[in-house]
Amino acid sequence: MKFTEEHEWLRVEGDEITVGITIHAAEQLGDVVFVELPSEGTVVSKDDEVVVIESVKAASDILAPIDGEIIEVNSALTDNPAMVNDDPQGEAWFFKMKASDPSQMDEFMDEAAYQKFIG
Amino acid sequence: MSDLHQTPLYELHLELGGKMVPFAGYSMPVQYPMGVMKEHLHTRSQAGLFDVSHMGQVMLSGASWEAVAAAFETLVPMDVLGLADGRQRYGLFTNDTGGIEDDLMFARRGDDLFVVVNAACKGADIARMKAALEPEVTVTPITDRALIAVQGPTAAAAVASLDAAAADMRFMDFGTLNLDGIEVWASRSGYTGEDGFEISVADAEAETLARRLLALDGVEAIGLGARDSLRLEAGLCLYGNDIDAQTNPVEASLTWAIQKVRRKGGDREGGYPGADAVQKAFEGGVARKRVGLAPQGRAPMREGTQLYDAEDGGRLVGSVTSGSFGPTLGGPVAMGYVGDEYASVDTALWGEVRGKRLPVRVAKLPFVAANFKR
Repeated sequence: MKFTEEHEWLRVEGDEITVGITIHAAEQLGDVVFVELPSEGTVVSKDDEVVVIESVKAASDILAPIDGEIIEVNSALTDNPAMVNDDPQGEAWFFKMKASDPSQMDEFMDEAAYQKFIG
Repeated sequence: MSDLHQTPLYELHLELGGKMVPFAGYSMPVQYPMGVMKEHLHTRSQAGLFDVSHMGQVMLSGASWEAVAAAFETLVPMDVLGLADGRQRYGLFTNDTGGIEDDLMFARRGDDLFVVVNAACKGADIARMKAALEPEVTVTPITDRALIAVQGPTAAAAVASLDAAAADMRFMDFGTLNLDGIEVWASRSGYTGEDGFEISVADAEAETLARRLLALDGVEAIGLGARDSLRLEAGLCLYGNDIDAQTNPVEASLTWAIQKVRRKGGDREGGYPGADAVQKAFEGGVARKRVGLAPQGRAPMREGTQLYDAEDGGRLVGSVTSGSFGPTLGGPVAMGYVGDEYASVDTALWGEVRGKRLPVRVAKLPFVAANFKR
């Protein structure tokens, strides 16, 4: 698993990646009450705002970690946003995307580097 | 951040794992490890303890109760003279245009008046009272007392387990209690829509009292995050968001707080700042009104969300002043101002969230029925 400075985790399988937020990010957000997912088939560029997450107190975004196409979204989150707090690095993945340029993945941190990053 | 004030419960907040944030010049716990949602639900089902020591406590005294009360009536459109000893009321400081400078609670303590004001406004409020009332009335800011709220359906039993006299107090009663050897001034009131007490206690004894209360069954420390969602569900205004210096009490739907005796035709009508403007608003109506807003989907509509009368095009008819998720309701809740013609319950409007117009209905306040011991 790879990690971004935006506190996303990425699970890479070939040119497909699954994206979620880290346990640390979920703790910082607090109780998630609303999740808005992108449409499958949306073509996105790195750093596009693709998911909106709202906690009781505030709204925040998940950015596209790389260029590519959204190929699947976890629509269970729409009905049960609390999954993000219950199992952020498991059941509560947000979307899967097909990378346009898998080499963009090279810059991301491994788990040890991420743990150091959040220190 | 080092210039932030700390309340006498600061160390306790840290010990309990409170997440401290700057609020009105104080370092305050926004939440504890339980989290905003569970803290909110716990307060609605059992009892929550809130540190509200950042709020301003002020004592007003003079030659007699009548002198103090009559003087205070020149600053607020409330019936102060008619307040019985040991009773409390909600009040508003108005300005010359009838706008609201702050909202407050005031209680009669013998011949004195005990006033509690918002943290962010306390400097201005004290200056206002001193300028208008001294020297006939002495305005004494109380800087050596903490304020602790205990709120929720089991709050009364918790406090009464320390002093049985607490059980005899009714909503908006105010008096002295002896909580396990600690003398406090307590009012049966709060700002969550729940039964409970607000307890003024000497700084030196505040932590001991808080620990004593937290040791009772069902009492948990609750942060400012849940305090905000609780008051929003209860339809209560947050000063600076839902009411401000440009909002008059009629627009704010707070006319219930202005007793008849201070309205036109009453024995002591007018006589407070902006009385003419407020009277005009009473008689001629207002262009906008504060209403409850129930977003029809799941997306919260936050402060600043613009409200329209159509899904496409249409007119801008108002905006949200407080908006969040209501844990008790399990959905988004908001309040805001809309044009008077849109203020009736069930009026269908659209709120623009991230460029999309989402349906929202004008709703009756409070969202969650008050649970006071009348």
